[in-house]
This record gives sequence, C-alpha cells and structure tokens, in this order.
Amino acid sequence: MASLARIRSTLPRRVPLARAVQTSADSTKLAQDPSHSEPFTVRLHEDSFRAYKTEPPSLDVEVTKEGLLGMYKDMTTMRRMEQAADAMYKQKLIRGFCHLAIGQEAVSVGLERGITAEDKVITAYRCHPFAVLRGGTIAGVLGELLGRQIGMSNGKGGSMHIFTPTFFGGNGIVGAQVPVGAGLAFAQKYLEKPLATYALYGDGASNQGQVFEAYNMAKLWNLPCVFVCENNKYGMGTSAERSSSNTEYFTRGDKIPGIQANGMDVLAVMKAVQHTREWVTSGNGPILLEFVTYRYGGHSMSDPGTTYRTRDEIQKMRSTQDTIRGLGRYIEEWGLATEEDLKKIDKEAKAVVDAAVEEAKASPEPLEKDLWTDIYYKGTEPPFMRGREREEIHHY
Amino acid sequence: MFAPSKLTQASRRQLALLQAARRWESTSGTKAPPAGGHLPSIATSAFLRQTRDSSLRTPGLRWADEDHAGPPSNALGGRETRKMNLYQAVRDAMSIALTKDDSAIVFGEDVAFGGVFRCTMGLAEEFGRERVFNTPLTEQGIAGFGIGVASMGQTAIAEIQFADYIYPAFDQLVNEAAKFRFRSGGQYSAGGLTVRCPTMSVGHGGLYHSQSPEGYFMGAAGLKLVIPRSPIQAKGLLLSAIRDPNPVIFMEPKILYRSSVEQVPIDDFEIPLGRAETLTQGSDLTLLTWGTPIYHCETALHMLANPPAPVAKHVPESLRKAKIELIDLRTILPWDVETVAESVNRTGRLVIVHEASKTGGVGGEISAEIQKRCFLKLDAPVKRVTGWDTPVPMQYEKFYIPDALRILDAMVETLSY
Repeated sequence: MASLARIRSTLPRRVPLARAVQTSADSTKLAQDPSHSEPFTVRLHEDSFRAYKTEPPSLDVEVTKEGLLGMYKDMTTMRRMEQAADAMYKQKLIRGFCHLAIGQEAVSVGLERGITAEDKVITAYRCHPFAVLRGGTIAGVLGELLGRQIGMSNGKGGSMHIFTPTFFGGNGIVGAQVPVGAGLAFAQKYLEKPLATYALYGDGASNQGQVFEAYNMAKLWNLPCVFVCENNKYGMGTSAERSSSNTEYFTRGDKIPGIQANGMDVLAVMKAVQHTREWVTSGNGPILLEFVTYRYGGHSMSDPGTTYRTRDEIQKMRSTQDTIRGLGRYIEEWGLATEEDLKKIDKEAKAVVDAAVEEAKASPEPLEKDLWTDIYYKGTEPPFMRGREREEIHHY
Repeated sequence: MFAPSKLTQASRRQLALLQAARRWESTSGTKAPPAGGHLPSIATSAFLRQTRDSSLRTPGLRWADEDHAGPPSNALGGRETRKMNLYQAVRDAMSIALTKDDSAIVFGEDVAFGGVFRCTMGLAEEFGRERVFNTPLTEQGIAGFGIGVASMGQTAIAEIQFADYIYPAFDQLVNEAAKFRFRSGGQYSAGGLTVRCPTMSVGHGGLYHSQSPEGYFMGAAGLKLVIPRSPIQAKGLLLSAIRDPNPVIFMEPKILYRSSVEQVPIDDFEIPLGRAETLTQGSDLTLLTWGTPIYHCETALHMLANPPAPVAKHVPESLRKAKIELIDLRTILPWDVETVAESVNRTGRLVIVHEASKTGGVGGEISAEIQKRCFLKLDAPVKRVTGWDTPVPMQYEKFYIPDALRILDAMVETLSY
C-alpha cells in the first residue's frame, strides 16, 4: 500500500472533465418584467443543472415578489437561528452535539418552497432549519438544543432529534435515515397518496452501504422517493475527492436518474425540487438530486473547520457565493425592495430569534420523571427500570 | 450434602447408546420400553397441548375477537382448534394480522414464495403481492425500510431469514427502532414494526445458521424480544408482538418449526408479552429457559426423577424426589423479573439454560439480578448451562448445545451444593 500511496501522490489532482455545475448565488436573470403582485418568470444560469439519464429541469422559474421576500426572510432567520445556537453552545448552555447549516440555507428554504405541506422530509444531523420550516418553531429547536421542556422533543432528544408531523428528523447515525426514507415513500405509495418523500444525506453518508440498499429497493419498487445528496464538499474533515471514487453524487444511482443542481442559488434549488417532485409523483420511480453547496462552519461545534481547508477558500465562498446575499441582490436589482427594506427584514429576523432564545432559556428542564417515559408505549412498560444508582429504581 | 456429581464419559456413551436404541425401536415398530423407561422428547412432550380442550385452556390466552369491555368470557363453545406445527402457527398469526389490519404488510427475503421455512406460504397469493413481497438480500435496508413504514403508522412485519443475519440490521434496530419514541419525545415510534427471525440450532446449521443472538439486544431499551416454545405460544405471542405498540424482535426456534405440533385455536388470540410462564410447580429448584431447551429441560426432569441406568449412580436417591419449577421466560426483553425472583425466593436455587454462549449471554444478566434480589434466600450459586464460548460448530453441535445430560448434571450439582 505504501508504494501505491507514493504513486497516487504523484498523480495530478482530479480535474473535472465535464462542464461543472456553477455555484454562484446571483447569476439568475430577469426574463419578464416583474409586476409586483403577479407571478413573473426569471431565467437561471445555463449551468445551474446537470442531468444523468434524464433531462435537466427547465431554466425558467416562476416567482412572485412575496415569494422572494419570504425566502429572503426565511434564509435570514435560519442563519440567525444557527448563529444563536453557535453563541449558546460557546457559552456552554448547549451540551452534546450540534451541527450548524450556516451557508447551506438555500437547500432547506428552497426545498420547503418546492414541496407541499404534506410531502415528507427526513434528513441527518444538520437538521435545524428543516425542523422549523416543516412546521416547528425556533424556540422549539433552540429549546431542544438546550434540553428544555419547550423543545420539540420535550428536551429529551437534543440536536439531531427534532420532528414534526411531516418531518421525520433529525437522525444521528450517518446514512441510517436513507432506508427509513424509502420506507416512508413506500407507505405513501401504499396509502395511494400522491406525495413525495425527500430523503436527505450528505456527501459523507453517500458512501454508506445502506444508502445503496435503499436506492435498490426504491428503484425495484418504484417508490416516490427523492434521494437528496447535500454535497457540501466535506464529509466531516475529509474532502469529497479523498473519500469518494465518484464525486458526481447524482450519477451514483445506477438505473436511477439524477439531477445535479446549484445548491447556493435558492431559485435553482426550488426549481430542482419542483422538477423532482413532479418526477416521483408522476409514477416515474425514485430520482437522485445533488445540491452542490458549502458550509461555512466546521462539521460540528468541536471542529473549527479550518484544518482540512484553507481560510481563503471559506472566505471566498462567503464573499462571492453567499446564498442570502445572492437573493438580496436579485430583489434589489429587480426592484422588488430596497437595501433598507432588506436590512429591516434582517433586523426583524434577529428580533424574532432573540425572543425565541429568551423563550427557550426560560423554559424549565424536563422533569426527572420524564427520564422514564417514552421508552416503551405507555402501559406496556416492564414493571420497573433501573436508574443511575442502586437505590434509584422507577416502578411503572 | 453430596459432592458435585460429574457424568463420566463412559456413562454418556452408554446413554447415547440407549437413546440410539430407542430411535431404532421407534422406527422398527417394536413396542418394548427401553431399560430406563421412555424419556420424553419433543414428540411426546407434556408441554404440547394435543387436545382441543387443553389447547383452548392455555394459561394467559386472551381471545382478541371478544369485546373486552365486559368481563372475560370463558365460553369455549364454538371455538375450534387445528393441528399445526410451529411454522403453520406463525403463518396463521400473520394471516390473521393481514386480514384484520389493512395497513399490515409482510416482507423479507423470499417470503413471497413461502420463505425458507414455509412461514409465509400462500400469503402472497391470499393477500396480494403488494402486501406480501420479497425484498433484496439487504438486512440493514429491510430494517430501515420497516422502520420508515412503521413510523407512518403502518404495521410492518419483516422477516430476517436467519437470526444470524440480523447483525447488519443491528444499527437500525438498536439506534433507530429502539430509540425512536424516546428521542422524538413520544411523537414518533417504530411501534408497528415486528422483525421475525428463525433462531437457535437445528442440528446441522453450522456457524451461520445456528446462533442465538438475543443477548446482544439486552441493552436496547425500547425494543422487545420474544422467543416462543410451541405453536400455540408462537401464534399468541406473535399476534401480541405485531399489535404491541413497541418494536418487537420475534425469534422462532427453527428446529421447532416442524418438530413441535399442537392443537392450535384457529381464532384470533393473544398471549401477553413480558410474562414468563411456570410450566411445572416446584419448591426445590427453579429451572429457567426459553425456546428449544424447554424440551431438553423436560427430558432432564424425567431423568432426575427416574434416571436411566447409565446415569443412575450419579443421581443420588435423595435428589430424585426434588420438586423442580420449570419456567419458560418467553419474553427476553424486558424479562419478567418478578416471576423469576418470586420463584427463586421459594426454591433457593436457580439453573438457567440457554443455547447462546455463556459470556455475554442473557443468563449473566438474569444471574446478576437474581443474586442481588434473592441473595439471602439462595442455597447455591446461580448455575448457567449454556453453549460454549465458541462459534456454534458444525461437527460438534451436539456437544455445543445444552442437552438434557448437562442440564441434569447442573441440577444435581446445584441441588447438592
């Protein structure tokens, strides 16, 4: 192996042969005059999508002023929320694990805008924005991180374990949510509901065996499942090129077609989601969807995020390809709102998050007796459970 | 007090000859009883209910087709039974579940054509291939898929073809299924999931078709784990498992699929999870086991009371009248501590028998808890009769499994401690 390693080190770094999907956040052009209350069409950059065994989505996206401003508000609020979590973690108010999605807001917000309220979403540990957008609350997410009663799992789950009726978490085991997502899609198909399931995972999880097991079952049974790879280019501290023999994650489904989309432009995300939703709910079976995105922070709070990539690289992404700034530029250029209006939205988002932080902090911790609940269904528990020490035994 | 008695190799050989002779006699149609008298085996076990009446009066049996608002009715008129072996009883339970619950689905490797042990025979034809279908050979995927289906409120009955293949699914079962309810604060669960798998040795299974992996799941609070001993038990416990609002792993002793035969009520009934069953009452020693070794224990009880000539010298006269309380644990997780502790407090002695190896086996957990709860009442250390700490070997499986002789030896040692 040592000799092989030497040979490898002399090889040049992989150069993309195909034309790469571009990841700028502000390359969409106005295609129609924006009448401020009516929907209007904009045209995405021609390299916003790549397709495998299928046609790419059309570049035309229909938007409204309210929709764009709503997305701006959502992305800003999500970033503020993650920043608040970051601050509380550093104050040691949040314990355990915490994975922030700062930089990747376009994926969660664009996904939510492209699906219906009844579609199902399941993802891994970078889950806070999805939980809020799928019907949760900011105080519910922050409260869960703090381990308080107000938390969306009553403070019993913590980060990674947040659910709503259409959002199946928040899952801590890398890749484990993907076959579960195939099961969700099967149930929807069995119940004859014309709904899509979005099963998300990262570029790191994409090398888990069970991801391929789920692909196979989904294609075999033509399940209405969109497998979404959020490729933020690093699986924990290892870059995609160092971990994956094929970094074109949208091509890894064998017979399942795939779409690669610019995950930094929220409009491209929304369009790709609408397209894939239409695909799976029309009985075409599953499809893969890769979002090329970027996280500004480390993998988790214990990772500074700068040991395996340069500060320059992060700085360059932040300053030139930031998703929120990109959408802000569209809004201003298309005359939908002024810089002052956007600043106002940002201020409001900060106020909303600040209020949620206070609300979450004020909530009490779960009661000691809650340790014994939700292990087995109420009434079907064993007669007793042992506690932390020999005298602490809870009898049901 | 007697010194611990060890069966010599010579007496083992004699007994083996005796048993071989018995087998030969039974095939040749000779009626003369062997020298030591007939030893019960699975074919003649008193624990298998061979009449309609005894079947319908199975302790703990609860009719699921009755209105439970009123007092439980004991009316057995109109209730029918049919002779079934264990795989037919399992199939019968799934058939009832599929009939009564439109959301129920059955899936696993090769289940559509009946499964390797015939447990799903005809179900695909009866209920449609949308509800009873084959999966790829993909255990981790099967478990994850089942959890997804169950978390949508459906009833998912998955089959892992052999318990030996459950290890790839271990993460999904322990990390996802067991913890789903807790980590979502009660919002979600995989309660509708039941994972069936054949377990224990079968005589010639070798390393990967003979294991008893129940011990690995002992720390997975949130899961239930059930092992039935007979057709009636399998049907009632499986229907309970399917309907239990917690994820349940249901391990079926594969050697019993065909060899255990009973009159099984054909109606819908359940046997409660989490309760052990006392099969014989006793006051001198508690013998605790589950699954296949129940029948080895039964043989051992007869050998103790009426030892065949080759082993008689090792069984002191004074011990032959010992009253042994045999308990079938049935639910391994969470196990019925109360019933076992109550029994050991009366008898003062406990012998645990299981096929899995001793180190890390369920017997260790039970011994520790019982020695804590019954410390001052114990007259002898808790004894475990288990598989050896080796893989289940293909050539010497007979010596690996805890057979009647080893159980007898353990009882004699514990009674004369």
